[in-house]
Amino acid sequence: MSSPAAAIFQLGNLPIKDHVFSPDRSLLAITKSNEVEVYNVSSGKPVLVTTLRGHDKTVTSVDISPDGSKILTCSQDRNALVWENSTGEYKPTLVLLRINRAATCCRWSPDGQKFAVGSSDRVIAVCYYEAENDWWISKHLKKPIKSTVTSLDWHPNSVLLASGSTDGHVRVFSAFIKGIDEKPEPTVWGSRLPFQILCGDYTNETRAWIHYVRFSPSGDSLAYVSHDSSIGVVYPAGEGLEPRAVLNIKTNYLPFKSLAWITENKIVVGGFNCNLIVFEGDVSSWNEGYKIEQETDLTKEVAHDKDDDDDEEEISSHQALNMFKQMDLKGRVNKPSATSGSRGLDTIHQNSISSIRNYSPKQVSTSGIDGKVVIFNI
Amino acid sequence: MSQSLKPYLTAVRASLTAAICLQDFSSQLVERHNRPEIEVDNSHDPELILNPMVIARNENEKILIEPSINSVRISIKIKQADEIEQILVHQFTRFLTSRAENFFILRRVPIKGYDISFLITNFHTEQMLKDKLVDFIIEFMEDVDKEISEMKLFLNARARVIAESFLIPFD
Repeated sequence: MSSPAAAIFQLGNLPIKDHVFSPDRSLLAITKSNEVEVYNVSSGKPVLVTTLRGHDKTVTSVDISPDGSKILTCSQDRNALVWENSTGEYKPTLVLLRINRAATCCRWSPDGQKFAVGSSDRVIAVCYYEAENDWWISKHLKKPIKSTVTSLDWHPNSVLLASGSTDGHVRVFSAFIKGIDEKPEPTVWGSRLPFQILCGDYTNETRAWIHYVRFSPSGDSLAYVSHDSSIGVVYPAGEGLEPRAVLNIKTNYLPFKSLAWITENKIVVGGFNCNLIVFEGDVSSWNEGYKIEQETDLTKEVAHDKDDDDDEEEISSHQALNMFKQMDLKGRVNKPSATSGSRGLDTIHQNSISSIRNYSPKQVSTSGIDGKVVIFNI
Repeated sequence: MSQSLKPYLTAVRASLTAAICLQDFSSQLVERHNRPEIEVDNSHDPELILNPMVIARNENEKILIEPSINSVRISIKIKQADEIEQILVHQFTRFLTSRAENFFILRRVPIKGYDISFLITNFHTEQMLKDKLVDFIIEFMEDVDKEISEMKLFLNARARVIAESFLIPFD
């Protein structure tokens, strides 16, 4: 079988919390501790264009506006910045977020007029540009969020906003801003949508933290992944009605951190097991389709441990001393008999996948804690 | 490896693999802080702590795993059958904990009722591979028993030699 990956970029070894490709797929922006690095990937090899320095704590999320002109970053230093490339250099503009805790995630709306920033302050700031003062100001979505907002996603109509949080709830809000938005067409989520109205609130029976939410391409259903290793899919029926279906697919994998819709009937999820898994289904049921890569079960003991037993019987105190000397070097044990030093995971990502984005109709891009950005064929 | 140790370690390995699913998480309570949620008083945001679990091989040998959103605390009680083993375990863990900063994941003070504690945060899992961390703890648990019983044998042998040489004049 040929490799499932169309491209693998190893961009240092620091964790990449979030990554985004520009709409024409020439630029790639990744978070790297306190900075954001922008690469030009049109030649197939990533070439560093610039490093955006402006945050003084870990950058948690990055997004590029739908027209590709602006880069939005947010960080644990409680700020979000909009970077504009007007004179060949990226210049930051501060956003008046009015939050007192870390900003955890940020997303542009599909029309590019607004963006939303989630925070540990139990608040979502919906931000828009105010021309008369030449700055970005925000309105807050507060109730009834009870814990850190972990992820956000916009409905294709740019009015509805889905959020997941560590209190285990997935909520759909209206983020309608007067004067910015046109009155939206009625959707399955509701027809009258003043700001801050709650259009949907879903939770798992386990109340596990929600890691990621995503509207389907049409916006008529919503999928989320949570820390109990389950995937939820919601099909609403309309305003004031019970949803047509709320499906909860339980799996045996480690929890998923992120997901992406390929079509209305196909989603791909990935997370702590470092692999991507495709699920297929519709309003009646969802089932596991296939894995993108083969993987070994992390919970099983590795086979070579058995063979080593005889040698290890004779471990003496000075060997133990040696062992601890080696352990103190980054917890690695370099006993001559142990081959585990060079053994890695079978998957391309060697550490958990932090975010998945749609790249093209049949491809997704993923970024991982191991500093890789990979484009997978689905 | 004795027969009963194997299922114990298998259970620990599976539980640790599931528990060490950590993410970066900035404090909800204190501005601009990023702290291991398992180590702080969490009466304000209890949703960030998961259920702790104990895996016990017998009453003298057990492991406590306390997971949270960005940190896991793992406490191990090492087998102590008699007074000599108690002394040996005490000295051994003291030797390790006094060098805690070199071990990265070792906690300086063990949890009450346990002999040694590890604290793994999301920063450790970002720098090191998770399966290697699990391997390390499993290997530690395997080796520490061996080490203690070896030291005990050595101690007994030495005691015998000393007793012999002490009694030679009276021969």
